Amino acid sequence: MNDPLAAGAAKTPKKHLPIWVFILAGVILLGFLVLLATGLLLNRQQALTLGSRVEPFSVTSFDGTVISTADLHGKTVLLNFWASWCTTCVDEAAILEQAWRKVSPDQKIVFIGVDYADTEPAARAFLQKYGIDYTNAPDLRSALSQQFRITGVPETYLIGGDGTLSGIKIGPFTSLDELMTFLGQK
Amino acid sequence: MKPLQSFSRKVYSIVIAISILIEVMAVAVNSVSAQAQPTPSDDQVNVVASQIYCPVCQNITLDVCGTAACAQWRESIHEKLAQGETPAQIKNYFVQQYGDRVLAVPPRTGLNWLLYLLPAFILLAALILSVQFIHSHRVTPANSVSEVDEPTKEDRHE
Repeated sequence: MNDPLAAGAAKTPKKHLPIWVFILAGVILLGFLVLLATGLLLNRQQALTLGSRVEPFSVTSFDGTVISTADLHGKTVLLNFWASWCTTCVDEAAILEQAWRKVSPDQKIVFIGVDYADTEPAARAFLQKYGIDYTNAPDLRSALSQQFRITGVPETYLIGGDGTLSGIKIGPFTSLDELMTFLGQK
Repeated sequence: MKPLQSFSRKVYSIVIAISILIEVMAVAVNSVSAQAQPTPSDDQVNVVASQIYCPVCQNITLDVCGTAACAQWRESIHEKLAQGETPAQIKNYFVQQYGDRVLAVPPRTGLNWLLYLLPAFILLAALILSVQFIHSHRVTPANSVSEVDEPTKEDRHE
């Protein structure tokens, strides 16, 4: 009449882990999933768009000068990402320098070259070879390229005097006219 | 006169011998110091390069990367090894230049600890839960023999 299996089971009660173990495991796994999701969302963030506000940043040039955009009151900033190993940056270098010589006397536009993922000797050699005169700085810890979410080099961003993004150029400028138009100087 | 001449010849010979000895020692010292300068081989460069990801490529370490940029970075590693820098110093330089993402093995700091601890934690949790599950669903052989196979009083009456 009595179920022997049931009797055996009753004699040996099941040992469960304490509830706090399950809660702790759940919390840790949830935290891990939140971290993963945050990382994925950050990676999926879109590139900056025209009109979006650019957070102030500062760079330390190859000659040690610190330039902070917060100090460039009302000036337009042209930010050009380049690298010495980038072949298309070579063609663009001369055009940028020509444009810089045209606009620098007015002191309304500041050119900043940002050397992306490069070695310093190669970058310095590049600047010397192509006679680049405007400020150039290494992108230390890739901070600036991450801020602008660049997809490669060369890329150029124009930041208006009001601190908003007024121009984006993915790829090289192919003529001085194109660059001057980009700067609103044509 | 003769003893004096002989003495001066001896002194002259000794001076010449000492000069030659000094020359030989100087050459030897130069040779040793030249050998002391580290001249890293490609293998030594690649050992460091294999621990650093190319900053502009996807999941490729510098030792197997074929781009011009990677060639520059390998050259940079070569120069730094030749200057006597340690692999740790070189990796630190790359981190300062390009960020933590270039390290093949993430540093054990901050949230990176999750990368090291979570897999172990998940494995341990899975192991504990598996043992718990198996234990709770198992009928012990002792129970099977004593409680099931052993004939009951009713069986014996039959």
